[in-house]
Amino acid sequence: MDFFTLVQLGDASIRMAIPLLLACLAGLFSERAGIFDIGLEGKMLAAAFLSAAVSYTSGNVWVGLFAGIGISIALSIVHGLASITFRGNQLISGVAINFFAAGLTVVIAQGWFAQGGRTPSLSGAARFDGLDLPGAFTRMRDKMQASPGMQFYSEFVSGHSILVYIGLLMVPLSWFILYRTRFGLRLRAVGEAPEAVDTAGISVVGLRYSAVIICGILCGIAGAYLSTAVQAGFTKDMTANRGFIALAALIFAKWRPWYALGACLLFGLFFAIDNRFQNIQLQVVWIIVLLVGASVAMVLYAVKRERIDVIVLGGLSAVLTAIALATWMGSAGEVGLAGALFETVKVPSQLIQSLPYLFVVIVLAGFVGKAIPPRAGGEPYVKER
Amino acid sequence: MDKMPKWADVVLVPVVSLLLAAIISVIVFWSVGQNPWEAIKLMAFGAVGTSDFLGYTLFYATNFIFTGLAVAVAFHASLFNIGGEGQVLVGGLGAAIVCLFIPWPHWTLALLAGGMAAAVFGALWVAIPAYLQARRGSHIVITTIMFNFMASGLLVYMLSDALRPAGQMQTATAIFPEAAHLPSLNDIAGLFGSELFGRSPVNISIFIALLACVGVWLLIWHTRLGYQIRAFGQSESAAKYAGISAVNITMIALLISGALAGMMAVNNTMGINTPQLVDNAAGGAGFIGIAVALMGRNHPVGIIIAALLFGALYQGGAELSAATSIPVQIVVVIQALVIMFTGALDQMVRSPIEGLFLRFGGKGVGAPAAVKE
Repeated sequence: MDFFTLVQLGDASIRMAIPLLLACLAGLFSERAGIFDIGLEGKMLAAAFLSAAVSYTSGNVWVGLFAGIGISIALSIVHGLASITFRGNQLISGVAINFFAAGLTVVIAQGWFAQGGRTPSLSGAARFDGLDLPGAFTRMRDKMQASPGMQFYSEFVSGHSILVYIGLLMVPLSWFILYRTRFGLRLRAVGEAPEAVDTAGISVVGLRYSAVIICGILCGIAGAYLSTAVQAGFTKDMTANRGFIALAALIFAKWRPWYALGACLLFGLFFAIDNRFQNIQLQVVWIIVLLVGASVAMVLYAVKRERIDVIVLGGLSAVLTAIALATWMGSAGEVGLAGALFETVKVPSQLIQSLPYLFVVIVLAGFVGKAIPPRAGGEPYVKER
Repeated sequence: MDKMPKWADVVLVPVVSLLLAAIISVIVFWSVGQNPWEAIKLMAFGAVGTSDFLGYTLFYATNFIFTGLAVAVAFHASLFNIGGEGQVLVGGLGAAIVCLFIPWPHWTLALLAGGMAAAVFGALWVAIPAYLQARRGSHIVITTIMFNFMASGLLVYMLSDALRPAGQMQTATAIFPEAAHLPSLNDIAGLFGSELFGRSPVNISIFIALLACVGVWLLIWHTRLGYQIRAFGQSESAAKYAGISAVNITMIALLISGALAGMMAVNNTMGINTPQLVDNAAGGAGFIGIAVALMGRNHPVGIIIAALLFGALYQGGAELSAATSIPVQIVVVIQALVIMFTGALDQMVRSPIEGLFLRFGGKGVGAPAAVKE
């Protein structure tokens, strides 16, 4: 792997990370104010569809972007109604919004464009193109022959759509709003101790609605980015679970903006690697070391703890060890067991595609540091008890 | 406390929610240029218009009873198992392995073994999210969603690699031996010389689903474990104070939930006309279970009714999309609206009805309206 491949990988990570980052910051505002939002996915999807549809019909991508933000805010307000005004279950509301968007985008896309649940492809002013910063090479051949610093500048820094730079700017902006303004202080307070905010004479409902609307704006940008910058048009289920991964990144980031950037870049890198290396070959010995190593680690963790830990982790490590043995036996055809250790086997592509989700579970398991959510998160605020 | 009579709570509130969902669906039909009245007529005919269609409706309802019960049991413990979809897929793997590799002499034995395997596989698939929720506080909703994706990956791998017979194009297992094929209701009707249910796949497992309803009813309301589950769901701290182990109840409730979801696989593998496990076998049933449980108020009787309704919706939606340009995703939209109105916006529907009963009803007048904020 040469330097340019690395730069390309970094470039792809950024592109993968931006929608995650925007959704993650959206969730951050919402959850910091005490509103769990599992519906990030649905809002992004709705925004992706509407921004592509409006960009196509109007021919102007900015109009599309605002339409996307609009629908995302509308869904946010529905979520706000359910979880703030009517004090319903926030998880259920979010799930409903996800299904609503997943179904409605396809139904409407089919009804309007009759292209099997997608929008016509966008081009020209109906799409966000990459911005070429001054002095950057744009042709692949020039880039490959340039000096490392120039490669980095041309491929990694330059050439992204404007939404990428906006997304990255959102990180310091969010930090500033949350930690350096009065609104941010109150917003964080309303997620920790809404009764205190209420006692101070500040509207809990007002603050929570503003947080939910900010969440809608950010999800709207994320969705529009997917359908008008990354892809040229909307396709069914194009958000591909980014909303859920953003939530995991949010927990990983412990509800902090700068950490969120780090977490999303990490997940972005994961996806970039995933896309680039679909065909991974491993020697059997490494598979055995990996699986048996994980099993031993789990058993060691469980052994001094309660019975339930021993049962579950013991069972899981038995399964992993069995897979390791099965791989070993399976590749020992003519070469014998010893020779089989150095045979290479192809890792199933389904497993590679599942790795980001597995990674999310490992992150959520909290073995990467303890995450403490906002104290009043998920609970509707009742003024008088 | 009693602001309205019980019938209003269990009948009126869901019906009003359903009406609201229907109104928005009508708007959706309009916005894509489809005459709503025509669409509803097509859906109704597609759901119950012929004996075949009715059979399909019952077939889907069987699925939704299982997944609805699965979601409901977890809801009673205040846990949200959104992973039914994955548990159904992995349960199907269990049923397929048992049916393909063991030569069963008779379908009754195959049903017993297949059902057990499906339940065990479904339960195992939720075991890790359950454990992480119980011991590490990892959010069950996100982990089960992740496990859904991993389940579909696992299924595609198994169906395109390990379990696919050589030379078969379809990503599916081999067709199960005849002894592992459950008799359809049409076969049973045939014994009495009737042609009822035509070629539809509705089969004997609908009775298993009804038995499961009785089982869940007994479990939740008539056993100590069920009491503990409900107590834990109502108040975790009170349950802990009463000596109920949070870890155990979380694990047990979710394992039962996963087993129920897994058992759905009996219907959609061993029960279908060509018994085999196919790709994407769950077809969204795991998610529809959420709507079914919410609408059925987590009670087996309510779940049966809601499952019949969603079975009709699912089958009617399929016929609608075959006859018009409306895609099947219209069912997902209606399902989302039902979840929204019966689940999250329950209070919005309930408060005005409560208000009406307070004003005009006889019994609840004692409570002043000002008690609520």
